[in-house]
Amino acid sequence: MIDKKVSSLERAVSEIFDGSTVMIGGFGEAGSPIELIHALIDKGAKDLTVVSNNTGSGHIGLAALIENKQVKKMVCSFPRTANSMVFPELYRAGEIELELVPQGTLAERIRAGGAGIPAFFTPTSVNTPLADGKESRIINGVENVLEYAIKADYSLVKCHKADRYGNLIYHTTARNFGPIMCSAANVSIVQTKKIVEVGELNPEEIITPGIFVKKVVEITNPAHESELVANQIKYPC
Amino acid sequence: MLDTKQIGWSREEMAQKVGLDIPGGSYVNLGIGIPELVADFVPNDREVIYQTENGLLGMGKAPLKEDEDRELVNAGKKCITAISGASYFHHADSFAMIRGGHIDICVLGAMQVSKNGDLANWNTGAKDSIPSVGGAMDLVAGVKRIFVITQHTTKKGLPKIINDCTFPLTGKNVVERIYTNLAIIDVKEDGLFIIELAPNVDFDFVQRHTEATLFQYEKNKH
Repeated sequence: MIDKKVSSLERAVSEIFDGSTVMIGGFGEAGSPIELIHALIDKGAKDLTVVSNNTGSGHIGLAALIENKQVKKMVCSFPRTANSMVFPELYRAGEIELELVPQGTLAERIRAGGAGIPAFFTPTSVNTPLADGKESRIINGVENVLEYAIKADYSLVKCHKADRYGNLIYHTTARNFGPIMCSAANVSIVQTKKIVEVGELNPEEIITPGIFVKKVVEITNPAHESELVANQIKYPC
Repeated sequence: MLDTKQIGWSREEMAQKVGLDIPGGSYVNLGIGIPELVADFVPNDREVIYQTENGLLGMGKAPLKEDEDRELVNAGKKCITAISGASYFHHADSFAMIRGGHIDICVLGAMQVSKNGDLANWNTGAKDSIPSVGGAMDLVAGVKRIFVITQHTTKKGLPKIINDCTFPLTGKNVVERIYTNLAIIDVKEDGLFIIELAPNVDFDFVQRHTEATLFQYEKNKH
C-alpha cells in the first residue's frame, strides 16, 4: 500500500542531513510551513542552503532557523521584509551568504529543476547587476541571460488538504511556491491541515499530484506567523 | 533644493491620473506603495482585473478586520480579498503571466527614472543595504506597458528624473509614462515630453526640478 503519511514532525524531517539544499515554501507568512521548520531546528541539521522567497520574520520559523546558525546560504528574491531582523544582521556581519534572484526567475529556476530542464534563457535582469557574470545570448533580437535550474534535497511545504497518495490542495495565496518546490526536491515533505481518504479530493481540483510528494504530516492547527511575531515568541523558547 | 512633495497633485490625485489611463478590459499589476491606490480611481464602468504576483488574478478590496485571512495577501503581504471569478495559481504560473507578456499594464514606484526610460527602483547600492528585488525585474521585462508613479523629487529635493540612473537598474528603456506630483511625462524616443502639468505648476518649475531635458507637446497635438 502506498502511504506517505508520517506520524510526527520529527519523523518527517529525520533524514535531513548537514549541507542539504532545502526549499521552504511560503510568501511571507502565507504558506510558510512553520511547524516543519521548527522540527528542522530541533533536528539541528547545519550548513544548509535554503531556497525561499523571504528570510522570515521575528524569531520564529525561517528567521529562527537562520538565527540558530543552521543556514550558510539563502537563495531568495526579497530578504528585507517587515519584522525581518535576523537575516539583515547576519548578512551585514558577513555570517551568511545571499544569492539574490528575481522572483520570477526564482520561480522558473525551481520549476525547471522539477521539470528536468537544466537551464533557460530569460530577458529578466539584463542590464542590471543581477546579470553580472552570466552567459548572455541575443535571441530574436532580444538580449537574454542564462539561468540554471535549482534542485533541492528536500522541500518543506504547507498545504490545506492531502491524502495518503500525496495529492495536495492549497488555501488561497498560500499555494505560492508549494507546487513547484514539491516537484523540484528529491524528498518533498508536506504539512497539511487535514488528511482525507483517497478519493475524497476531486481529481479535477488536485493542484499537486501525489507523484511529487514523499511525506505528509497532519498539523491540524498550524501557528500563524504574524501572531507569534506580535506576541514576541521565540523558537526554540 | 526644495522638497516638492507639498506642491502639485496629492498621492490620491496622482493615483487618479493613472486610474483614468487604464482602459476597461485590462489585466493590471500594481506595485507596492502609491501604485496600490490606483485601483480606487479606475472608473466603475471599466472592468479591470488585478493580478498580484504572489498568485491571484482578480484581487479585490481590503477585507474588514474580522474577515482577514492571513494567507490571502497581496505582493505587499497585506490582507486582501478575491473577487467573484478570481483564480489562484502557483508562482511559476504567475510569472508566466508576467514574463509571457500577458499582463497589459504594470504601475510601479521609482527611485530614479532616466531620460531613456531606464528604471531604478530596488536598491540604492549603499554598502549596508539588504538588496531585495522581488518581482520588479520580471515585471519590467515582461509587462506590455510600464507606468511609474512617484514624487517628482527626493525628500532632499533632488531630481528623480535624471539623465542616467546612478542606482542599479531594474530594467533598461522600460518606462512608458511617468506620473509625478508635478506633471505627467511620456518617455519618447526623442526625449521626455510633458503631457499634463499639475495646477499652479509651470513648465519652467518642473524643468528646474528635473535633471533631464523636458519637452512640451505643441498645443492641440494631444
